[in-house]
Amino acid sequence: MITYEFLQNYWWFLIALLGGLLVFLLFVQGGNALIFFAGKSEAERQLIVNSTGRKWELTFTTLVTFGGAFFASFPLFYSTSFGGAYWVWILILITFVFQAVSYEFQSKAGNILGRRTFRIFLTLNGCLAPLLIGAAVATFFTGSDFVVDKSAVGDIGSPVISRWGNDWHGLEAVTVPFNVEFGLMVMFLAISLGAMYLINNVDDAKLHAQLRRSLAVCFGLFLLLFVAVCVQLLTMDGFAVADGGEVYMQSGKYLDNLLAMPAVLVLFVCGALMLVLGVVATLRRKGFRRGIWLAGPGTVFAVMALFMIAGYNHTAYYPSNSDLASSLTLANSSSSEFTLRTMAVVSLAIPFVVAYIAYFWRKMDRKSLTNEELDRGEKY
Amino acid sequence: MVETALVEWSRMQFALTAGYHWLFVPLTLGLAAIVAIMESVYVATGDEFWKRTTKFWMKLFAINFAVGIATGIILEFQFGTNWSNYSWFVGDIFGAPLAIEGIFAFFMEATFFAVMFFGWERVSKRFHLAATWFTCIGAALSAVWILIANSWMQNPVGMEFNPDTVRHEMVDFRALVFNPVAISKFFHSVFSGWMTGAVFVIGISCWYLLKKRETRFALASIRVATIVGLFGAVAVMFSGDSSGVQAAKYQPMKLAAAEGLEDGGEGAPFSIVPGVEIPNMLSILATHDVDGFVPGINDILDGYTTPDGVRHLSADEKIERGKVAIDAFAQYRELKDSDPEAAAVARRTLEENIEYFGYGYIDSKEELVPPVGLIYWAFRVMVGVGGFLMLLMFVVMWLERRKRLAQKRWLLWLALLSIPLVYLAGQAGWIVAEVGRQPWVIDGLLPTKAAVSSVSLSAVQTTFWLFVAIFTLFLLIEMRIMIKAIRKGPEIDND
Repeated sequence: MITYEFLQNYWWFLIALLGGLLVFLLFVQGGNALIFFAGKSEAERQLIVNSTGRKWELTFTTLVTFGGAFFASFPLFYSTSFGGAYWVWILILITFVFQAVSYEFQSKAGNILGRRTFRIFLTLNGCLAPLLIGAAVATFFTGSDFVVDKSAVGDIGSPVISRWGNDWHGLEAVTVPFNVEFGLMVMFLAISLGAMYLINNVDDAKLHAQLRRSLAVCFGLFLLLFVAVCVQLLTMDGFAVADGGEVYMQSGKYLDNLLAMPAVLVLFVCGALMLVLGVVATLRRKGFRRGIWLAGPGTVFAVMALFMIAGYNHTAYYPSNSDLASSLTLANSSSSEFTLRTMAVVSLAIPFVVAYIAYFWRKMDRKSLTNEELDRGEKY
Repeated sequence: MVETALVEWSRMQFALTAGYHWLFVPLTLGLAAIVAIMESVYVATGDEFWKRTTKFWMKLFAINFAVGIATGIILEFQFGTNWSNYSWFVGDIFGAPLAIEGIFAFFMEATFFAVMFFGWERVSKRFHLAATWFTCIGAALSAVWILIANSWMQNPVGMEFNPDTVRHEMVDFRALVFNPVAISKFFHSVFSGWMTGAVFVIGISCWYLLKKRETRFALASIRVATIVGLFGAVAVMFSGDSSGVQAAKYQPMKLAAAEGLEDGGEGAPFSIVPGVEIPNMLSILATHDVDGFVPGINDILDGYTTPDGVRHLSADEKIERGKVAIDAFAQYRELKDSDPEAAAVARRTLEENIEYFGYGYIDSKEELVPPVGLIYWAFRVMVGVGGFLMLLMFVVMWLERRKRLAQKRWLLWLALLSIPLVYLAGQAGWIVAEVGRQPWVIDGLLPTKAAVSSVSLSAVQTTFWLFVAIFTLFLLIEMRIMIKAIRKGPEIDND
């Protein structure tokens, strides 16, 4: 029986899936963060840019679809978070906007700013986008400062239903260490994935060696942050939802969620292990180039599990610190049953879309990318 | 209190983003079709000349494509960042097409775009051609869903207000997708993109003819572009006609403002410019009937009765019933837990007046009139320029077929100088559509001022100027890169 509640959970599952895929695809950003650090010569930088440049639109489109899917399924989140944490989202968007044009413009005659500037834009997007997206997702656990009052619609002079509690409009999130650690963790994860993607995608022994060094450093930092974040997450107070819909603080809520949902626990542990295994294999075996295909899916699983801990098992996924009653839950922020049902039918096309993307990806990437090919044919 | 300045700045920011977005998107739509046809000729004939011709226009396509995407992402997220009340109040309906757009259209465009650009050596010839066509289809599909969403703002259908969740909820998905306004709008917008691509290709090709360079390439490009452009122009004309009829039916105030028609009636005249009128023409355009009834601005404000006896309420009556609806809503919310009986009465009152709910936020009837001068002139620019470009493309095609085009230097100049005009027409069209919708964000349901986010004014002002700087910089860079690439040319030897 497909109930309203089932549909809400199903759509949260899809949001988690899109979120997981998005973080995996942030390897484009991570790769770009390495343009200047791992790419020492112009030839190496050209390889990095052209390698991520053949995938960037997938990441970009996934971000747009993630936004669209959130809008369609949980419009109150779209309304409250985007309209409230204004500056965080605007900053994320601006870095992506610069990225979108930088590939195409960087090497073209007449580009005014010069190649180096556009590559700096790519590097900035490479670091800042994962950092900010990570910090924004961290607020799913630490909460934000907002009030939602739907009855405000009845106030002719002031009908806005959601209000942010301060003029920082989301930037205040950096004052919470957990958010910053979470953001940095996602950033170093993205860079690690970027290094592994490049090792897989380009054919250049010297660049491979430099990428492995970057991978070792960034993954080390990631692991430190990952352990710190996990310890805090599993010990912190969480935002629980009572049967009547009231939100209250419960100690160890996220640990409880993990234990109460063994499937999520398994997903999380498997994801984390696959990630570690992918990196370790890449670092230990010089000829091993497929780390991304272990670490990538691992990332998807682990991120999905985090979204599930945030939203399932009677938990408020977008909590308000200043007014617990305003916290968003799957039940109080979702679209109507009709819309969720309609969109659930639409979602059946997702495997088909993933399949054709995978098919073309394989077809296009059968041969590794080399500078000889770039100098012969199309390149950025 | 929602500040007027906040509403105005938020509107300006959205208009800025949408306006810039529509500088890049129509060229993507049009060039995609043109390169797809050119590559088809290449695959059919095996002539390398066509491959190089395709590749040259594809290069310009790519330069333009990226900026379209960059402005597009800001547009999508701005519904949340700056119109958060809107996002909740109608998100149940409006969000769906945006999600579908991502799943079906954007991924298609993104995947095949990469194959189209980097796949020349990596996939077979036919496979590559398929990718080019899929990019073209993906671009058109991207337009479908956002235009369905936009059309719903012009003519909201298939929803019901739910006072418990405080929003409109979708009850009929088919009505949303097959909204008659959406169908006209899709053809009107996409084919105006084809016209844009065509005028762009014709103009640049004429420049090569003026310079006596790349003659074969220029003439071949003109041949393809005039076919695409004239096909587009005819489709734009027919869909424009049905848009007019729909405006008369669903948004009479928009039509009256676009015509500057103060007092309407049967057999209304069409104003070409102030003082020059064609008798009965507006009635013909708006109702397809010589004596059809078209209400003017004053009629709509004061209330009127159509010849079939239907009485339309005056603005004051609508505003009053709107206030009744909002009051009843507030009462219902207050009483629904404590006094279910009184709440039920309030809910009935709300339901009886829900049609006018949005009018309750309107302070005076003058607010209901969109800026007449702007829309009146924007409409004339759109139609006038559109007609001129159609004629121009026809003359160019005629002379190209008779092999006399290269000698008509004045015409080559005219075609080159017409490139900015096609953009002007596109912008004017969106001004008619969106400024003409004011003061509503969703016609009759929600006024713009009740849709805005409660962000501080200074934040919106800052992002506005930031976007002005970023988009203008991108536009300048794009134009410079394009001009350099055009100067360099496709470097195909002349026969």
